[in-house]
Amino acid sequence: MIDKTTNQRAWFLVLPVVVLVAFNALIPLMTVVNYSVQETFGNNLFFFEGVKWFEQILHSERFHAALLRQLSFTGIILLIEIPLGVAIALAMPKRGPWVSVCLVLMALPLLIPWNVVGAMWNIFALPDIGLLGRMINGMGFDYNFTQQPLAAWFTTILMDVWHWTSLVVLLAYAGLSSIPDAYYQAARIDGASAWSVFRYIQLPKMKRVLTIAVLLRFMDSFMIYTEPFVLTGGGPGNATTFLSIDLVKIALGQFDLGPAAAMSLIYFLIILLLSWIFYTLMMRNEDK
Amino acid sequence: MKRVKWLVPTLYILFLMLPIYWLVSMSFKTTNEILGAFSLWPQEFTLDNYITIFTDPTWYNGYFNSLTYVLMNTLLSVSVALPAAYAFSRYRFLGDKHLFFWLLTNRMAPPAVFALPFFQLYSAVGLFDTPLAVALAHCLFNIPLAVWILEGFMSGVPKELDETAYVDGYSFWRFFVRIFIPTIAAGIGVVMFFTFMFSWVELLLAKTLTSVDAKPIAATMTRTASTSGYELGLLAAAGTLTIIPGAFVIYFVRHHIAKGFALGRV
Amino acid sequence: MAKITLDKIRHSYVKTPESADDWALKQLDVVWSDGGAYALLGPSGCGKTTLLNVISGLLRPSEGRVLFDDRDVTDVPSDRRDIAQVFQFPVVYDTMRVYDNLAFPLRNRGVPEDQVKQRVHEIADMLDLTGMLGSRASGLTADGKQKISLGRGLVRSDVNVIMFDEPLTVIDPHLKWQLRSKLKELHQQVRATMIYVTHDQTEALTFADHVVVMHDGQVVQIGTPVELFDKPKHTFVGHFIGSPGMNLLPCEIIDGFPSFLGHRLETSKAVQSPSGAGRLEVGVRPEFVSFAEQGLPVDVVKVDDVGRHRIVEVEHKSHAIKLLTPENVPVPEKRGYLAFERDKTNVYADGWILS
Repeated sequence: MIDKTTNQRAWFLVLPVVVLVAFNALIPLMTVVNYSVQETFGNNLFFFEGVKWFEQILHSERFHAALLRQLSFTGIILLIEIPLGVAIALAMPKRGPWVSVCLVLMALPLLIPWNVVGAMWNIFALPDIGLLGRMINGMGFDYNFTQQPLAAWFTTILMDVWHWTSLVVLLAYAGLSSIPDAYYQAARIDGASAWSVFRYIQLPKMKRVLTIAVLLRFMDSFMIYTEPFVLTGGGPGNATTFLSIDLVKIALGQFDLGPAAAMSLIYFLIILLLSWIFYTLMMRNEDK
Repeated sequence: MKRVKWLVPTLYILFLMLPIYWLVSMSFKTTNEILGAFSLWPQEFTLDNYITIFTDPTWYNGYFNSLTYVLMNTLLSVSVALPAAYAFSRYRFLGDKHLFFWLLTNRMAPPAVFALPFFQLYSAVGLFDTPLAVALAHCLFNIPLAVWILEGFMSGVPKELDETAYVDGYSFWRFFVRIFIPTIAAGIGVVMFFTFMFSWVELLLAKTLTSVDAKPIAATMTRTASTSGYELGLLAAAGTLTIIPGAFVIYFVRHHIAKGFALGRV
Repeated sequence: MAKITLDKIRHSYVKTPESADDWALKQLDVVWSDGGAYALLGPSGCGKTTLLNVISGLLRPSEGRVLFDDRDVTDVPSDRRDIAQVFQFPVVYDTMRVYDNLAFPLRNRGVPEDQVKQRVHEIADMLDLTGMLGSRASGLTADGKQKISLGRGLVRSDVNVIMFDEPLTVIDPHLKWQLRSKLKELHQQVRATMIYVTHDQTEALTFADHVVVMHDGQVVQIGTPVELFDKPKHTFVGHFIGSPGMNLLPCEIIDGFPSFLGHRLETSKAVQSPSGAGRLEVGVRPEFVSFAEQGLPVDVVKVDDVGRHRIVEVEHKSHAIKLLTPENVPVPEKRGYLAFERDKTNVYADGWILS
């Protein structure tokens, strides 16, 4: 909603960013693209194979299954974490000593290295020696995530919600903090209800920040690897073998870099497409 | 409704603290105890895990190395992201929309496949095994994050603020530093924490680009997981200790994040 | 419409105020009469916005009472005081259409939809917004949005007072005067008590019937623009209003008349020398100083031609004095004599006028 002026000299402001990011992005990208269209028999000889790998992947049942699992997982994650994060941000204290306490405590799960997250939840959720496992079984449920696909899904989702919701909370909270007082004052004078304030002031003013939160959670959950891998190993069976895990299995399992590279590119393009859709949907009505 | 408002964050924090308590209690147990039976708190309380970390140079050097590149990266990312975000927010220029989206695309690829190319790249420029290498490599995903978040906050500040300042006689830099930045304090606080966090927990590139001199805790921790089976107690202790620097960071920026609220909701 | 009384209002943002500086509002006893157009004028930081928020109920004063028509509303929340406030930056509900923005305050109070429609159209017509009613509020320019803010205040028929907190700050200069005239016009039509806060004297003097000048948390003078100009009660008023501001020269009081460096100046009345006074000054506006055959000897330093008159800066023993000379009156080359209009020459002790 800002009236932007056209000024090509703005490129100077953006240049450092472009240089640093492109340096890291372009060269490795070219390497991957290179591999994805070649075949090697493991002895450093490369044969151009064109789109063979792409076709193979796109037609593979295994890929479809992993993709479906991934889409379901990400969908559930977004549906839980975004509203939950916003609700918590709205309810959090805004001033006083509790602000510091809340912010610091909420940030803690984000700071744990992801392999430790997976490992701790692994033990935490075990039915015999883990706190969570025992609690759930104690409530009468038959819960064992190492053997039951449903339990594995439940645990993985719970772990992700535990790990990442605070990201949404922090972004939403910071976004709320940026809303100028005058809006609340005007709303008070206008006699607006708390729901009206949320719907007409808070939510619209948080739109950009929420878009970022959605995109971040979408991308990161779509690429998720370490935590579920350490937690369940992709199992039981391949119940929780999400796309990344499948990709690594393929890459390690074969001596060919080709299929893995091709799959990475397809992977990337899916994320790109979906992100772009999310972004466009959420940002419509912005530019005139 | 107002009275139960505090219930929501309280329940959430309790939910968060339960596994953390579990982690901390694991750090005071031996691996045998962890895997042997269920115990709510350490039956055989031990400080061995922590002692190992504090006395083994690979461990504590790991912390310093990690802190080094993470701080370098945070400062670098935020400082270049600020002018760029300002440009995206206030100006239209050739390719701006595409450039903006392209930045985000750098977070869209699973890193596993890029490990080898990154290794080759940084070796080629002679930066292998330095904190600088990791700091620069992390720019790949942290700079886009910073630019996007900052731009989001900057767009919430009406352009009239800029213009009023110029009319009042401010030069661009004075306006930027004394007026604009305080207005987006919440965004900057959040960005600093997130860039710190994402760089801090990143394992793959940190491991790939270092070997001995700049070895971060990331590498040492994955070693714990692979070589001698799971040394769970040690891992838990390391995990607990990794929380601390980040906790400082968020504590440090807490007032920036909540600044808007403090400015006097009448 | 209401008469607003501020009774012994003091406010501090600090929990336990200690020094005078801790008080944003020092002591205010003001009555704003029903239907008047007031300007609240003062520099940044003088407490105008604080005062405004006390009146609107967004801020509860540390001490004192606020009365609307002799009814104590100090503890009544903003939405029940029937006030309207227009802020410095346009505050509109971006996601709603202009129509819905204007209808919002009415709908929140349960007004039936047909009345809402009538009222909204009435106000939109007054503000020249009728053509935009169907557009999204976010698409309007800054002045359009301010009109919407204003409209939301006017649309309620029970509004006691409308307050403007520097509303033209973000408006383009060429639109500023347009909106200013519009506000004046609205005041004639609606006859609500309007309080217009600004640091711009032009805005204040053209909009208001009465101007309340604030300085450092206190009201220093309330009067019509003419009163403020002719007889400033405080040196701050003399300096802040008028361009250039009033001349202030140190003086002593001899036989009831001010004496500037030995040169006696005439005032309309003799003044009492106050006991224990600190700073004594004599003040006279450049408009009321002129060259004469005899009087205070001065050296001409600078002459600025500003069209219909000239601003002449002169000096007497290293004290600068400014005067305004009409364009047909000659200005001496190097030296001259100044005469001061005695009705417009005032003596001030510690900033306050002596009479």
